[in-house]
Amino acid sequence: MITTKLLPELWLLATISALFVASVSGRKRSVLSWLPVAAIIGVVITALSLGVRGEILFGAYRLDGLSQFFKLAIAAGFAIVAGIGAGKRDSEDFSPDYFMLLGISAWGLMLLASSVELITLYLALELSSYSLYALIPIRGKDRRAAEAGIKYIMFGSAVTAAALFGLSYIMAAKHTTYLAALASSSWSFSSAPLAVIGLTLFLAGFFYKLALFPFHFWCPDVYQGAKNETAAYVATIPKLGAVVVLVRLAALFTHGMEVTNLFAVLGALSMTGGNLAALVQRDLKRLLGYSSVAHAGYVMLGLAAGSAAGLTAASFYSLAYILMNLACFYVVCAISKDGENPTLDDLNGLYRRGPGLAMILAVAAFALVGLPPTAGFTGKLFLLSAAWDQGYHWFVIVAVLNTAISIYYYLGMVRHAYTGQSEAPALTVSKGYIAFGGVLAMVVLLVGILPAPLYDLAARAAAALHP
Amino acid sequence: MTMQFGFPVLTTLIFLPLMAAGVLLFVRQERTMRLLTMVVGVLECLLCLRLFSYSPHGAAFQFVEKVNWVPALGMSYHLGLDGLSLYMVLLTALMLPLCVLGSWTYISTRIKEFHFCLLLMTSACIGVFAALDFVLFYVFWEAMLVPMYLLIAVWGGPRRRYASIKFFLYTLAGSTLLLAAIVAFRQVGGSFSIPELLEKSYSFKFQIWAFVAMALAFAIKVPMFPFHTWLPAAHVEAPAAGSVLLAAILLKMGTYGFLRFCLPLTPAASVVAAPVMIALSIASIIYGGCIALGQTDIKKLIAYSSVGHMGFVTLGIFLFSVSGISGAILQMLNHGITTGGLFMMVGLLYERSHSREILDNQGLGKHMPAFMFLLGLFSFSSLAFPGTNSFVGEILVLVGAFKGSVWIGFLAVPGAMLAAAYMLRLLQRVTWGAPTSFKPSWWDLKPREWATLLPLAVLVFYIGLAPSLAIKTIEPSIERVLTTMKSKNMAMGISEDRHLAQRLHLPALTVPGDRDPIQKERP
Repeated sequence: MITTKLLPELWLLATISALFVASVSGRKRSVLSWLPVAAIIGVVITALSLGVRGEILFGAYRLDGLSQFFKLAIAAGFAIVAGIGAGKRDSEDFSPDYFMLLGISAWGLMLLASSVELITLYLALELSSYSLYALIPIRGKDRRAAEAGIKYIMFGSAVTAAALFGLSYIMAAKHTTYLAALASSSWSFSSAPLAVIGLTLFLAGFFYKLALFPFHFWCPDVYQGAKNETAAYVATIPKLGAVVVLVRLAALFTHGMEVTNLFAVLGALSMTGGNLAALVQRDLKRLLGYSSVAHAGYVMLGLAAGSAAGLTAASFYSLAYILMNLACFYVVCAISKDGENPTLDDLNGLYRRGPGLAMILAVAAFALVGLPPTAGFTGKLFLLSAAWDQGYHWFVIVAVLNTAISIYYYLGMVRHAYTGQSEAPALTVSKGYIAFGGVLAMVVLLVGILPAPLYDLAARAAAALHP
Repeated sequence: MTMQFGFPVLTTLIFLPLMAAGVLLFVRQERTMRLLTMVVGVLECLLCLRLFSYSPHGAAFQFVEKVNWVPALGMSYHLGLDGLSLYMVLLTALMLPLCVLGSWTYISTRIKEFHFCLLLMTSACIGVFAALDFVLFYVFWEAMLVPMYLLIAVWGGPRRRYASIKFFLYTLAGSTLLLAAIVAFRQVGGSFSIPELLEKSYSFKFQIWAFVAMALAFAIKVPMFPFHTWLPAAHVEAPAAGSVLLAAILLKMGTYGFLRFCLPLTPAASVVAAPVMIALSIASIIYGGCIALGQTDIKKLIAYSSVGHMGFVTLGIFLFSVSGISGAILQMLNHGITTGGLFMMVGLLYERSHSREILDNQGLGKHMPAFMFLLGLFSFSSLAFPGTNSFVGEILVLVGAFKGSVWIGFLAVPGAMLAAAYMLRLLQRVTWGAPTSFKPSWWDLKPREWATLLPLAVLVFYIGLAPSLAIKTIEPSIERVLTTMKSKNMAMGISEDRHLAQRLHLPALTVPGDRDPIQKERP
């Protein structure tokens, strides 16, 4: 039955419809009470349908291990963002439309995870982007948000145009848009120059989503301008969509191809540039923006390796990344006064004002550094060993040296939270909010201590791409 | 799970403090927190009694436990002890209750978090010494940074922010390349398991790179001469218990790393690098001693003396002789006991005078005789007075040094003399100097303080007078390391008369080539 196979997508669609009904009816406030529950049910449903396999729409839409793995990650991310939003009941911006747009974006990403045909991919990507174009400017009457929204649209449309242009080259050179058919042909520059150029352009669309250097310029500005909760979403879940497509495309290449080397070079530039720029940031969201540029570079370790282990590592790391980044944003959202952008100095004395939040922040920051025993460490270890095994020794060394650079600003957050002095009053955060964040931090630790089940899941997904 | 003994003693040693830390979060009374941590500390020591069943001539690794962790990558939860690590684990377990006792009144704020950090430190440190899986080792090695950072940053002195971040950045930056080396060893060695990696031999070129990556991490941790600047800052600002843990256990991880990984995994590179390492060790000894001579801050003085003492340890290691290495291991243990004791005493002194300057703590001999007796004891041990523990270690290292080359011996001896100079200067001022800020309210040692220091004082004499027990336990393991080194180097055809350039082209014994199974996986 197709209906049961598509249950995760359908459930999210039903949630979106309910949000739509709520937005046109008068009962706007009650949404916040049922939405987190609905989102968590969505996570359960997605987890239950992990084993679903199948193909519909003439092979354009495939349910395989990879798509189900990423759908789980997307559903979990959506649930967390909904949980963050539900903690802020007094804000005017959290109308049902806001969550509806979030939901549509997540829904588009779920479709993206299953698309195995280039035009379907493109449509799913646009579906997830359009609602973000509308979401980012929503921040009361804030001008910065409008600026961020314009930047995102301008950048996004330019890159999308490039991607479409590239798509036309691929179609012209290969006469097919199905990934399975594309995989069986050669992708070296000497034998198919037109297709490789086309693919490189097409990839740009996803590099943009991932905020990989040199497509990252929107990232810090948009995070800074957008609402904290929107930034938490934009920083995490759309990256999953980009990674899943890149994982599917990376399986096309063999070691040492031009595109693979492009991955490696861009990855190295991205992590170095992102980390160096993050060192001087004071605004927490800008800092996290540059940090996400650096993390996009780390994911490239696995994609450049291109082996089953590399793709597994990239999938695993992107899941670990959204967990730890969301944990970080969770604290950012909690400490901001009236939805303002918190700076590093706002973290001062957090261990006195909100010990629970300080603990969550410490776990998240050390996970983003890649310190054991957190998910960030295991993820990075998998990436490094995959890249080293494929001979990208220089890339691995660049990556570990970048860890040394990045420690300074992540530690800066912890330092402000634990050793900074502040006269500010204690934060009033509800117990439920702290508990939710605590669970998130525990998951980050747990995935770091016992990564085997999740890794095996990702490995089974990646193995299917490498028959 | 494979185990030689039915009871997983190492796992219990690691996880008992962790579980206690979890329980601690729900305790409300301050006294209960201290008591709970104390009880855990005593339990750890009692558990350690089981480790005395270690048989020196038995299997290479004993008390082995092994469970799959991430089978897909060959990572396992693999623990075990040999002569190199046995005493380090014992020392770590001993330090926990002493640190709790020593901080009973010293730490009066954020008591829960303090003991939480102490417990986490203990688990991580025991883990570092017991891990037989390279990744597991790295996990513990890095995990220990966070509680140590917090110990300095939250409970430290006035410049704690600077000192703690310097400590963290230095040690983390050093160990990032270690991670690359670990990943590289998996590719060429096919496993993360240390015993399996030890059996293989690697090409010379690979050894050099791996050695550099590992040695950097370990040298910063020791710390060896050019990388030592984080240590005085961290020691001065850390609370007493933090300094004790730092001196007694953390520094030992670096030298332990040299012994466990550099020597047997990269034997040829170690031989090539030995002159440099020996030169740096001697530089540490003399530099540490000279700088210590000029300090007015007691803690700084002891911190620089640590640099010198650890120089003796690295010197002993890179002499590649049984006496040198057994001296080094004894010296690791001794430095932990002696310097741990000294830092504890400085902490007690600080509680009275609220100053660490020598000037403010002068003339205590008449008023605090018991205190001065113990301070004198540890100071004499620190300058390696015959009859105390450090004498045995230092003399073994020096014997090894003279065996290696007379020049090395001659250069190392002034270090021993410098130690006498700066320790006696400290002792003389504190005992007989004109009192400047002494108040009659400064009490002599209380029973709790006696209990903190007495175990260490007993060990000073015990190891000093009867060192053969310890030496007998560690020697077989050292011989194993040295024979591994020699046989690997012999098999690779490395001898003194070959030039570096020639060695670079030497083939390895069993290095898997590009077509090896682990490399098979291709897209």
